[in-house]
Amino acid sequence: MSSEKTPQSPDLGKLVLEEINHEAAPPPQPGQRKRGIPQSVLIPLLAVLTGLIFGAIFIIVTSQEVYSGFGQSFSAGLTAMWDVVARSYTALFTGALGDPVRIINALQSGNALEIRRAFNPFLESLVTSTPYIFAGLAVALGFRAGVFNIGAEGQLFMGAITATYVGYKLVGLPMIVHLPLALLAGALGGAIWGFIPGWLKAKTGGHEVINTIMMNYIAFRLSEWLLTGPMKRPGSFNPVSPEIQPSAWLPRFFEDPIRFHLGFFLALGMAYVVYWFLFKTTWGFELRTVGSNPYGAKYAGMNVTRNTILAMTLSGALAGLAGANEVLGVNHFLAMAFSSGYGFDSIALALLGNNHPVGVVLASLLFGTLRNGATRMQLSADIPIDIISVLQAVILAFIAAPAIIRSLYRLRKPAEGEGLITIKGWGG
Amino acid sequence: MTPILELRGITKRFPGVLANDHINLTLEKGQIHALLGENGAGKTTLMNILYGLYQPDEGEIFINGKKVIIHSPADAIAQGIGMVHQHFMLIPVFTVTENVMLGEESTRFDGFLDREQAAARVRAISEQYGLAVDPEAYIKDLPVGVQQRVEIIKLLYRKADILILDEPTAVLTPQEVEELFGIMRSLVEQGKSIIFISHKLREVLEIADLITVIRRGRVVGSVRPEEADQYRLASMMVGRDVQLELERPPSEPGEPVLEVENLLVADELGQLAVDHVSFDVRSGEILGIAGVQGNGQTELIEAITGHRHILEGRVRLLGQDVTNAPPRIITELGTGYIPEDRQRDGLVLAFPVMDNLILRTYYKPPFARGRRMEWEVIRQHAEALVKQYDIRTPSALSLCSTLSGGNQQKVIVARELSRPIRLLVAAQPTRGLDVGSIEYIHQQILEKRSQGVAVLLASTELDEILQLSDRVAVMYRGQIVAIVPAAEATKDYIGLLMAGVPAEEARQRVRRKPVEIG
Repeated sequence: MSSEKTPQSPDLGKLVLEEINHEAAPPPQPGQRKRGIPQSVLIPLLAVLTGLIFGAIFIIVTSQEVYSGFGQSFSAGLTAMWDVVARSYTALFTGALGDPVRIINALQSGNALEIRRAFNPFLESLVTSTPYIFAGLAVALGFRAGVFNIGAEGQLFMGAITATYVGYKLVGLPMIVHLPLALLAGALGGAIWGFIPGWLKAKTGGHEVINTIMMNYIAFRLSEWLLTGPMKRPGSFNPVSPEIQPSAWLPRFFEDPIRFHLGFFLALGMAYVVYWFLFKTTWGFELRTVGSNPYGAKYAGMNVTRNTILAMTLSGALAGLAGANEVLGVNHFLAMAFSSGYGFDSIALALLGNNHPVGVVLASLLFGTLRNGATRMQLSADIPIDIISVLQAVILAFIAAPAIIRSLYRLRKPAEGEGLITIKGWGG
Repeated sequence: MTPILELRGITKRFPGVLANDHINLTLEKGQIHALLGENGAGKTTLMNILYGLYQPDEGEIFINGKKVIIHSPADAIAQGIGMVHQHFMLIPVFTVTENVMLGEESTRFDGFLDREQAAARVRAISEQYGLAVDPEAYIKDLPVGVQQRVEIIKLLYRKADILILDEPTAVLTPQEVEELFGIMRSLVEQGKSIIFISHKLREVLEIADLITVIRRGRVVGSVRPEEADQYRLASMMVGRDVQLELERPPSEPGEPVLEVENLLVADELGQLAVDHVSFDVRSGEILGIAGVQGNGQTELIEAITGHRHILEGRVRLLGQDVTNAPPRIITELGTGYIPEDRQRDGLVLAFPVMDNLILRTYYKPPFARGRRMEWEVIRQHAEALVKQYDIRTPSALSLCSTLSGGNQQKVIVARELSRPIRLLVAAQPTRGLDVGSIEYIHQQILEKRSQGVAVLLASTELDEILQLSDRVAVMYRGQIVAIVPAAEATKDYIGLLMAGVPAEEARQRVRRKPVEIG
């Protein structure tokens, strides 16, 4: 097994990124990517494809129809297998992107309302993707600076709490003032929740992984207490907050039931800001240097402590925005289970997106689309929504272990150091 | 007599590089055959082919006159070929015996590891070749030199007859090098054959029976050490005449640039590493700090450059107090600093060359305007420096991790010397580099000196210190035991001081007779 000797440096996935980031053509490197799609793009794509195949297998083995089909005859079983997979994935597709027939009909009819409704599944996918983008950016920014922010979920809760509070408490403000204020409050709430573990890491060496997990629990319990106590909606039996003032809502572009709102474009804008910050400013250069080699950063005269705290704070602020986005754009109030684990999924998104803002946006669109389509799949094909979690998990497992994908699809081995994942691990 | 090993026409191509070009090499039984070449000349590739890590594109390998094909290291070991890599492959928390057994475990009748028998064999091997290794010691407690001997024992345990030692002296102190050479002689006396890879001329001349020089993947020639000298080997290696003795015009020291007064610095464990050290460095002179590794040089340099806390004492730079000042202040006052560990401190390996060339000035115009990085300016700056300092890299965008050690060091040198500086602090500036790079870096340092820069040079290579320094400060156990002007700094005298002999006694001993110092 001599060919396995080549060590894989975890840092070199950045190779592709750094070259893109400098907006220059990569130099012709001997033995590396010749032509075609670089592996840092190809492997996620193949992982998604493989994930879908695995999902199909799961759908088949959990389907009662298939078993009863095989009970009748082998061919009936095969037909049932095909049927159930086709039905599920059709439902997933139409649920996520819209029914092509309906879209064509609507376009032909020229009825504006019909057209919007036909496109709604697609728009709804964008709505679902939005918190993923914010939270994914949060974790990716952390990784770039060498901190592993597992606390995005807690920061997201804190952001939702502060945004909700500002949203319902301030009355009579014009939207132009109230909405930015509520968003800012959300970012601030998350930022504080990120700052604390960042400060603890920098000053006491407390590992951010442990501390952010602990901060998550504090945030969850805090929100429960607030929703059953100080922030409980008067007269309601449920633990929900009062409704947020319409002046703090993220404006929607169409009438109900289309929920597509401004948050999506804010998220795209934020992705650009993060990109600009990381790769075009000296702040970002410092952050990336600290993340890549803290000793080198110290030698370069950078303040490692300050940058670590800054990274965690900014990461928290982005996660807080994810929470604010949900309460201000979708729910318009805070409930206990408003987040379906966006903060945790965001770790996966950062990985999938190779910690690059563009990658994070693409990965978020994928996850949002899958999640949204899964709801439809459950309704119309009676496939448990959990299959999507399985699918996501399989995709991630393959991203994290690119060697499997390489051997499955007989991709050539990357040259030494050409890795994919830029995580520095738990080293602290 | 058939040679024990013969390589014929070995050729290995990597995309864009011809790493080995029809290399012929013959190793006789009981011979130490040195393979000499600069970094990147193709020595390691050739040995990796011999060890089965790569397959040659062309060429044949004969062992004892029989043609063999080596597919893997396991094949190589089966053929009696063993290799000690530059970086040891030992498990620190295991004992010597356990490390030696690993992969070759013998078990007792009850299925448990037979440690006693293995330990006995290790002890026997150790005694037979004079290796002096305790089988029960834990690797983590052993000095580097002994760890290397454990690697050699691993090979002998597997009954290797041909030993490949890849740059074995790079990690050793001069004394350990002498010990290693003793072991190598004992090995060949008892019938083993050794391929010794190195780029250190003096060592090769001392130990080898035959020296084969490789340049750019080709054999330049083979010479016997009696017929060669350092100059000849160096020019064979580099392909042109090399100045081993540098031309050093007399120094014209000006006003003091760096003044260090009664410095007290502790190491990681809180032990006093720098003990009341005082000296100054004047503009236009080079002060060399000699000493065996681990006598406080590292801590002293780190304290001066702001990377280590100073417990007591003063550091003044151009008259300004910079005791415990942040590194950036010290840099901005005009300090260039070549750190001891280039990969850990000096570079961000995952970043491109161009980013590394601005690592210390990234926040200043013209590289940044306000907070905006000016990548276009940075790229042009990098391309200019790559040309000026002859950094061999595919482009300014290539990652530093893809560069050879010498070129990585050139990136640091280019970055630190291309700025207007008044003080240059250079720690081990040529460690692990090849002749060509060393020559180049020495010239650059001397050039800075003639421009009136004050240079503080710390090196464990006594030759380097003696070649460059105008004054030599010798550190021993955290103290500067003497500061000697170049004229009086002979190798013997400085060597005795480095070994801890008091200055007065050392002077008398040198006067009496020349003393052999390892």
